[in-house]
Amino acid sequence: MKSLFISNDKTANVVLFSLIALIVLVPLCNAIFPSASALHFSAYTVSLLGKYLTFALLGLSLDLVWGYCGILALGHGAFFALGGYAMGMYLMRQIGERGVYGDPVLPDFMVFLDWKELPWYWYGFDQFWFALPMVLFAPGVLAFVFGWLAFRSRVTGVYLSIITQALTYALMLAFFRNEMGFGGNNGLTDFKDILGFNIQSEAVRVTLFMISGLALIGAFLLSRWIACTKMGRVVTAVRDHEARVRFLGYRVEMFKLWIFVFAAMLAGIAGALYVPQVGIINPSEFSPLNSLEIVVWVAIGGRGTLYGAIIGALLVNYGKTVLTGLLPEIWLFTLGATFILVTVFMPNGLAGLLLKKGGERRT
Amino acid sequence: MKANSFTWRMSLLALLMLCVRPAIALDESTAETADSQEVSEQQAETVLDPFADALARLLLGSMKERGQASEQLSLTGHPAALPILEALLDGSLYVLRDKQTAVIATESGQGYRIAEASTGADLGLVERSDLSKVNITNSLRTKLRKKIALLQLQSDDASVRLSAVNAMVKTADAKTLELLKEFESTETDEDVLSSMHLIFALNDLQNNDRSVRLNAMDTLKEYNSLEAYNRLSVLVEKDSAGNFIEQDVEVIKKAQSALKKIEARLQFYNSVETMFFGLSLGAVLVLAAIGLAITFGVMGVINMAHGELMMLGAYTTYVMQQIMPNHIGLSVILAIPAAFMISALVGVAIERGIIRFLYGRPLETLLATFGISLFLQQTVRSIFSPLNRSVTTPEWMSGSWQINDFLSLTWNRFYIVLFCLLVFAALLQILKKTRLGLEVRAVAQNRNMAKAMGIPTARVDAMTFGLGSGIAGVAGVALSQITNVGPNLGQSYIVDSFMVVVFGGVGNLWGTLVAGFSLGIANKMLEPHAGAVLAKILVLVFIILFIQKRPRGLFPQKGRAAEA
Repeated sequence: MKSLFISNDKTANVVLFSLIALIVLVPLCNAIFPSASALHFSAYTVSLLGKYLTFALLGLSLDLVWGYCGILALGHGAFFALGGYAMGMYLMRQIGERGVYGDPVLPDFMVFLDWKELPWYWYGFDQFWFALPMVLFAPGVLAFVFGWLAFRSRVTGVYLSIITQALTYALMLAFFRNEMGFGGNNGLTDFKDILGFNIQSEAVRVTLFMISGLALIGAFLLSRWIACTKMGRVVTAVRDHEARVRFLGYRVEMFKLWIFVFAAMLAGIAGALYVPQVGIINPSEFSPLNSLEIVVWVAIGGRGTLYGAIIGALLVNYGKTVLTGLLPEIWLFTLGATFILVTVFMPNGLAGLLLKKGGERRT
Repeated sequence: MKANSFTWRMSLLALLMLCVRPAIALDESTAETADSQEVSEQQAETVLDPFADALARLLLGSMKERGQASEQLSLTGHPAALPILEALLDGSLYVLRDKQTAVIATESGQGYRIAEASTGADLGLVERSDLSKVNITNSLRTKLRKKIALLQLQSDDASVRLSAVNAMVKTADAKTLELLKEFESTETDEDVLSSMHLIFALNDLQNNDRSVRLNAMDTLKEYNSLEAYNRLSVLVEKDSAGNFIEQDVEVIKKAQSALKKIEARLQFYNSVETMFFGLSLGAVLVLAAIGLAITFGVMGVINMAHGELMMLGAYTTYVMQQIMPNHIGLSVILAIPAAFMISALVGVAIERGIIRFLYGRPLETLLATFGISLFLQQTVRSIFSPLNRSVTTPEWMSGSWQINDFLSLTWNRFYIVLFCLLVFAALLQILKKTRLGLEVRAVAQNRNMAKAMGIPTARVDAMTFGLGSGIAGVAGVALSQITNVGPNLGQSYIVDSFMVVVFGGVGNLWGTLVAGFSLGIANKMLEPHAGAVLAKILVLVFIILFIQKRPRGLFPQKGRAAEA
């Protein structure tokens, strides 16, 4: 590794600079060209691109735990959704009196359920400075408690995968309940503004898009840096042979826990950026299927490379948008088939193919 | 004149015997004889049988005559009289276009399914316009009710008498009481007598004499009757000021103690019911998980498409019913082997086509089979549409077993528990007694050693996976009877079934059985206190915590195989 930005891996550089180019180009085009021009990105397109970037960040965070630490988490979507809910709660409180029922404090769905008071866990979410750390805190605490329990008692492999899936499934069921106070089935939606700016306006959309891009680039560089530190090396060693690392005297569960919590927080950030751009968060984000889809992105892109997860997330989601628009029937066929083909024929994903072509061997 | 008619009858009888005898002797060998037998029987009936006469008058006559005819019908003692009167009362008695044949009709789809009233023989489907209804007036309706009750009480069948008496519990008035008192003296059946005494005791509650009322309560507290419970509750009701409406203190005290006794039993029956619900939910879980216990537990393959294999089984049931819509019960039975074969074949194809390239890489297997599950889901969605398909429950499986007022068990749940145990026993036998089972266990314990002993491991893998998948298909048949058959059927069970296998201990069929039933019962016991969704969440959280404590489940595998 030569510097923070340039690495020995060419593909990584290409991905990194494409991302930088993208987040510079989109606002630049929109500033130069009038809104009628073909080169002007519409608010819809900008949001769509922003959504892809948050998915890429989510994929990246899963790659840290799966590709680097060997933990196949099938409940990673839970952390994404929790971050999303934290942001959603802030946006909900911002609506204030403009809701359908016009209650200054209570969100619409609470008035509808005939609640008289704001539940305690909603306190503070009217302040941005409070909501922002919660985006990291909520998924972080869940990951910490869950990971602490699971890694300490050495639940590994398939068992861990299955109980992470059970975790997100249980959370989904819980958030579907109206009594939980998170809007039940409908979730949180109808957002009006963020930090006083209209959430629908193009300027806010472009800003959110840029922040998503910056977050992704930041997370990518940070993760790459972590992978090169001693800690990162130990984590990779745990993936390759857990017992051996333990015998060498490392406390394996601590390393696992650290990387798991860090990845959960990244997923939380992704969720928090996702919600204002799509305008809704509901319990289906917790569904086990969503979490599995994240695994698909990483598997297709190639795990253990970080940039592979980014490529995978962007490609699969672009494909999803195109195919569900054109031939909705084909989408699941394609996804299923890609899944099978990738696992059987290219276990290292697209990144693996690129590496082979370049004549390099991944270490 | 008299002698004349006598000789005429005798000759007819002789003719009849002549016809019947050879028919019996020849064992109905010639159609001609059978025909002549029928004709002569008809002749005999029109003349000899007051039943046919009454029925004819019922159909053609005026309202007045219709009343007399129904009276006459009830006196004939003919077994068909009761159903005909019942049909007349609820308006399902019709007459065919020929103005002669009385039929009992039930609506069925676009047309009416009719059965001949006098014999009960099925006459097939007809249009509404082919039938005309036999109408009755309100006064006749009241009379009919009494006649039917009377007929039922006179029935030789104790169960008919019992249901007649039970129907009177809520509505008994002074007249019915008189009637019942009459029949009580000749009644021999214990159950019928007990129901009669319940009615008398309920009536005695309103008596003016205190000792009669107290005695009645002594009787009532032994009954598992909702009506008794309600009537006793009325006695301890309070008015808005908090004072008892009932004046007699002793009566109130007695009623309270009687209520307590009934409530204790009510609670007991409630817990029996909860246990039963738990068992049936557990049976569903075991059925869903048992195939997984083989593929996951014995082979170590995480099959995320397991739920979709169940879905295939459920759709097989649907297709079977489409193929033979007139034999619903048979189609469900036949669907069991059919679903087994289809799911097993798909399973073998999956194993040969994909999974065998991925042995030793459990996480990749998980991903690939998830891809398969998406594929299967979309296939079914494309073929059968994304909408739910309805599978008809056969008659012998619907309805419930009413044990008493407080406890009734639905038959379909009952059958599912039974079915689950049968499948489990069959699977256990296959693994224990057959050559395939022996090979499967050998490969599970030590693949290389088994190979060295000459066991074709690749073939055994395929067969094992096929067996697990086939069981999933069979589970799908059971699921089709209790839940909607749709493309998402499998998905909703996959998390649960993995939980059951992991909770029970991988590679242990008995563990799966115990885990399934205990999770089912725990879920249903929590449900009244926490609600259905929260109960499920609690169970999931419990399992997550349990895995921390015992990572290898309730009954962990021991020995070297456990380390692999």
